[in-house]
Amino acid sequence: MSVIAVRNLHKSYGKTPVLRGVDLAVAKGETVCVIGPSGSGKSTLLQCLNGLEPFESGEVIVAGQHIGWGRGGARIPEREMTFARRRIGIVFQQFNLFPHMSALANVMEAPVQVLKRPRAVVEAEARALLARVGLAHKADAYPADLSGGQQQRVAIARALAMQPEVMLFDEVTSALDPELVGEVLAVMRGLAKDGMTMLVVTHEMGFAREAADRVIFMDGGLVVEQGPPAEVLGRPREARTREFLGRVLRPESIEA
Amino acid sequence: MDFEWTLFVESLPALARGAATTAELAFVSICGGLVLGLMGGLARVSGIAALNAFALFCVTLLRGVPLLVTMLFFYYGLPSLGLLLEAKTVAILALSLTNGAYVTEIVRAGIQSIDRGQMRAARSLGMGWALAMRRIVLPQALRRVLPPIGNEAITLLKNTALVSVIAIPDLLRAGTDIMTWQANTFSPFAGVALMYLMMTLPLVWLVARLESRWRVA
Repeated sequence: MSVIAVRNLHKSYGKTPVLRGVDLAVAKGETVCVIGPSGSGKSTLLQCLNGLEPFESGEVIVAGQHIGWGRGGARIPEREMTFARRRIGIVFQQFNLFPHMSALANVMEAPVQVLKRPRAVVEAEARALLARVGLAHKADAYPADLSGGQQQRVAIARALAMQPEVMLFDEVTSALDPELVGEVLAVMRGLAKDGMTMLVVTHEMGFAREAADRVIFMDGGLVVEQGPPAEVLGRPREARTREFLGRVLRPESIEA
Repeated sequence: MDFEWTLFVESLPALARGAATTAELAFVSICGGLVLGLMGGLARVSGIAALNAFALFCVTLLRGVPLLVTMLFFYYGLPSLGLLLEAKTVAILALSLTNGAYVTEIVRAGIQSIDRGQMRAARSLGMGWALAMRRIVLPQALRRVLPPIGNEAITLLKNTALVSVIAIPDLLRAGTDIMTWQANTFSPFAGVALMYLMMTLPLVWLVARLESRWRVA
């Protein structure tokens, strides 16, 4: 049973097509990495999966809920998608922590306000989640006082606090200084190991190679190639994949 | 220069009575303006076209017509439509509506100045639009627009001086009354100016206090 099932997803910005018939499935407990050149539509795909980005057509089912369009092509009411988002965790490139709340309050906000669960229980869970991402000692810190890597780890804890069935990661290390990337990837590796279902849009080929069960290469709004990381990253079948990996893994000499 | 110290002091009790009326009008209208402005600002960003258009229409009308004209229209114009309002009601209505129009645009600008990622993050956690607005966007937006909203409150306080034209015994009216009786302009108006100034001070203090309490972020 797939946690994410996408069939023939089309999306355009104005007249520019961004997704041109994407098919995708992610099984429970699977970690799938999506790679591809910028502008290939991989980030847009992620935003469509929780209904934050509207799309023209296609069947998208995430955590058992139709997103965007129903079976007969009827528009899914916003209220229904809001409800579905409780079970779809997403972490953004720009963290988007709530700056007027402490790290702990950020993590507690949705379980208390959306799920109406008792504060005391939620607080205990939130502290445990902060400990899980290595930030138990920063519970009372405000986002402005945290490094980018710390903010992103709080953002992961905040998404996990809703106990989602699936976690979506949207280039979560792209806005980080290089030395802070590792701490965020380590948290994600731990999640993958614990059996979380994850769809990860990333430029980190090392992470894709080690942590992914499957790698998907996207280009021009389509899935070009997919398979185990050793195959897609090691022995790519498609010319476009080879060309992309060539650019990413063996960049031409960079002038200083 | 015809300043007379004794006349200045003797006029103070009468001025104080006028000031009480001014303070009452200002307080009620500031509260009314804040409520209207908050509702108006939310209507402007609601994404509901009809609500937005209605709010924009009201704002354009109320900002485009001088407050004095709005007040006179309500006072002299509405009775001919069969709606007879008390002078004080007219004053509060005109002041609140005009202030609400300005606050609407301040609140709208404040909400739109908050990074869109905040709304996205809130919605992605399963919050509905209203909950995300109330818990995440508005607290940040209102913090940011506190200084201009304080400005509007001070402007409103001073604009209450216009109510003397519809025969409300406010602070300015008390001053002009004394001037007429005593044939002396300078002494009572020194008191009038001083009292307006003194009434703005609590507002300045309140805004400064709220700003420092909400400084986080």
